[in-house]
Amino acid sequence: MIRKLASLALLSLTLAGCGPTEPQTTGGPAVTRRLTESQYRSVIADVFGPQIVVAGRFDPLLRTDGLLTIGAGSATVGAAAFERFHALARSIAAQVTDTTNRDVLVGCGPQDLRTADDSCATEFYSRIGRLLFRRPLTTDEVRDQVKLAREATAVRGDFYTGLAYGLQTLLEAPDFLFVVERANGKQLDDYAKATRLSLLLWNTSPDDVLLQAAEGGKLKTEDGLKQEVDRMIASPRFKDGVRAFFTDMLSLDDTTNLQKDTTLFPAFTLTAANDGKEQTLRTLVDLLVTRNVDYRDIFTTRETHISNALGLIYRVGVNDPSGWSRFDFPSDDPRAGIQSQVGFVALHSHPGKSSPTLRGKAIRELLLCQRVPDPPGNVNFDKFNDPDSPLRTARERLAAHANDPACAGCHKLTDPIGLALENFDGLGQIRDNENGAALDLSGDLDGVKYANGAELAKALHDNPAAASCVVNRAFTYAAGRQTVSDEKAFVVYLEKTFADSGYKFPSLIRRIALSDAFYAVSGQGAGQSPAAAKAGTTEDKS
Amino acid sequence: MSFLIKRPAARREILRGLLGGAAVALPLPYLEIFLNTHGTALASGAPLPVRFGTWFWSMGHTPGYAVDPNTDQLTFLKECEALTPYKSRINYFGYFNSPLDGHPNHVHQSGWITVRTGTAPPKPADILAPTLDVLVSDHIGGSTRFRSLDMGCTGNPKDSLTARSTHVRNPSEVSPIALYARVFGPGFADPNSAEFKPDPDLMLQKSVLSGVEEQRKRFEKVLGAADKARMDEFATSVRELEHQLALQSEKPAPADACRIAAKPDDMPMGTELPVAQANHEALTKILTLAVACNQTRVFNMSFNDTLSSIRKPGTAYTHHTLTHEEPVDKNLGYQPEAFWFNCRSMDALAAFIKAFESVREGAGTLLDNTLIFAHAETSFAKIHQIDNIPMFTIGTAGGKLKTGRHIAGHGDPVTRVGLTALQAMGLPLEKWGQGSLQTAKPIGEILV
Repeated sequence: MIRKLASLALLSLTLAGCGPTEPQTTGGPAVTRRLTESQYRSVIADVFGPQIVVAGRFDPLLRTDGLLTIGAGSATVGAAAFERFHALARSIAAQVTDTTNRDVLVGCGPQDLRTADDSCATEFYSRIGRLLFRRPLTTDEVRDQVKLAREATAVRGDFYTGLAYGLQTLLEAPDFLFVVERANGKQLDDYAKATRLSLLLWNTSPDDVLLQAAEGGKLKTEDGLKQEVDRMIASPRFKDGVRAFFTDMLSLDDTTNLQKDTTLFPAFTLTAANDGKEQTLRTLVDLLVTRNVDYRDIFTTRETHISNALGLIYRVGVNDPSGWSRFDFPSDDPRAGIQSQVGFVALHSHPGKSSPTLRGKAIRELLLCQRVPDPPGNVNFDKFNDPDSPLRTARERLAAHANDPACAGCHKLTDPIGLALENFDGLGQIRDNENGAALDLSGDLDGVKYANGAELAKALHDNPAAASCVVNRAFTYAAGRQTVSDEKAFVVYLEKTFADSGYKFPSLIRRIALSDAFYAVSGQGAGQSPAAAKAGTTEDKS
Repeated sequence: MSFLIKRPAARREILRGLLGGAAVALPLPYLEIFLNTHGTALASGAPLPVRFGTWFWSMGHTPGYAVDPNTDQLTFLKECEALTPYKSRINYFGYFNSPLDGHPNHVHQSGWITVRTGTAPPKPADILAPTLDVLVSDHIGGSTRFRSLDMGCTGNPKDSLTARSTHVRNPSEVSPIALYARVFGPGFADPNSAEFKPDPDLMLQKSVLSGVEEQRKRFEKVLGAADKARMDEFATSVRELEHQLALQSEKPAPADACRIAAKPDDMPMGTELPVAQANHEALTKILTLAVACNQTRVFNMSFNDTLSSIRKPGTAYTHHTLTHEEPVDKNLGYQPEAFWFNCRSMDALAAFIKAFESVREGAGTLLDNTLIFAHAETSFAKIHQIDNIPMFTIGTAGGKLKTGRHIAGHGDPVTRVGLTALQAMGLPLEKWGQGSLQTAKPIGEILV
């Protein structure tokens, strides 16, 4: 305990010089979360290579407290979902063992292809199973797959075909589909630590090096943990982790179902929709990782990347029609910040028109972490629907609507923000009028007045809720659950140190990854670590 | 309820057969010998299978333009004209209410959740009890390959109104070609084919599932108490797939009405009305044949999403936004564009009924042996009203329901209709629903 406290003090000094020290927390419950689609795909690509096709649809997770990652902590696998996982596992196992891939991915084989080879099967399942289960397999687990491979080889008359069945079993097992967090006392065990780290930093399972660090007890030490965290943050794979986090925080997964009326918006294509998401992610990674600038600059930046499909929407030329080009909007361009990009304004619009309310709600909820209440059930649209109304712009219509006290409370939260983006139509194309009427883009955000979207960008940049929001989201994303009351001081500490760092996002993530709080567990949900797993001994005689 | 299912062969039996290289060839089935002389039941005396499905449309009806409220005789008005040819096969239920017991009316959510689960959701996404199709599926769905087929026509798998709980939802199949592949692709055995050769892979797939179940038991030991319940659901899912494989290992019982569906073309997906209509037609066609071929006995079809995103090509407004933002035409007395979309929903329902009616089964049609429960999520979308949500039952559930009635609820809970449907499907339920939605009063006047 003394050693731990000493390490903690040293760690704090190392992290923040003479800055604040990390408050002690008892942690929240360990979480058993289902792999997300992107995690599943990443793991398969990492373990077997990108040539393995993961062809299939995944059942959607329920966004909870702002994040799909938190929803994954309550998700199970219903019958339809399991049917799909079964089909995926079958397909992946067949590819891994086919003639194209077996030499590299299996790496061993029998003398006679028609006969079983327990030794090869044991080596294969032990090696692959450790990567899939994020811990070594027990002897029982290996034995079961070897037995199945042997039986299947006898039935099918082919060793590799038989081998696929055991691999399929591993890919359908809950140990793969769910990330379970075992604990040693009040801290996660080393494998669970490694998994949390890997999901946070790389959005995938631990690699061999990290598993070795877990196996060797390295993650228990300050230096060992720091070495692994710094290795992973320095890796190009860190960008994958950052992309996954912002995809979740900004609900960019919804792009998959984005639809626009192509009669009204001929520039809209599925490619443009996907490129809109990609543009936002490229902008974020470039700013926050490659250039390591102030996080809040994401709201004001005019530096981005565009594709040919986006060039049509932005009405600008692109340098590389077949790929992505760096593009900077001029300093007087109305487009500033990720909230002005297609990936945001098109996503938070109707199929045929813009929506100040949806855009304002998205900025409040996604970028500032402020809850906008659901609309009341007894909305009165009579004023809104006046057929003799001369109202031509969304501002005029919403003003009439918001005069109803039942509606005003929420619309005052959302509409002023969204109206500042009304010079972007439902697809995100620039416009200077609506139905022939000039647009008034002015408003105020929490008392800060602005005249247009560019000024709104500055107001967002300076709004304390913006930085606080990303800190809260990052920690809950990392832990896979909402914060508990005991962690409030820790979150305040993160906010303070984030500000002290100049709002550097990698610094925030590194601080979380090195914190004691990140690995602390208490309460329900924490299974105990099976020491036998590490030793590869039998834990289950049944 | 085991008219189709023989005892699943033990894994060892099949494996022995496979190891011996045996393919099973069974005598040619003569369809007529499987029905009685009247075509109303199987020759064994067991009744023809009864199926259950839901059909959903959103945005309800235009008040005063759907069903004549002034008569007990079912009389469809302008918005429901398309249903008139099927009037004798339909019951309409009006003036049933959805009390929320103090919970807010989560717009476009609370209504359908009360109708389908008998509970009022505290939060918009809360599903506090299984939807009634899941209850029916638990009761009768075990005898077919798929316990349920769930479909949506507007391109988003999340647009689904079937769930066991908040976190166990059954996403919609939105692509006709994917539905076709799932039902009539690998794993499908023509019930009327003379020969049956079990796939040697089937028993090994069952072995895989046995291994997964073994692994689940180990996994569960390291979980806290709260997560063990989630693993119970996982275990159920494994068992369901095992059951599916077991059914595929056997020669399927002949199915009089079964015809193999034609493979659909690759179709666009989306919220434009013509696209949604085309997908509805294609999905319905595959569904009716899947039902006729005993691939499932339970189904769910959502014509549009709960926030009806369907729209005319080239227009800025969706059906939903029209219900709020379109002015009421002073001469007509309603919102003409929103009304038009409501009519198209009823067109689609009529087409759905026609598709079931057009499949001959025994002496009647597939519709005779089906109960379709159709409903919306609001009664009057303009003001998000959830009392008087329109509901229909279609078909007689194999003679269990009278039809052609207009039933007025006089403010009774909507769950009376759901309980009636559940009892017609043979569920031994005396009451259903929670809080003010709980009822023990089925609608006796339509139960046979």
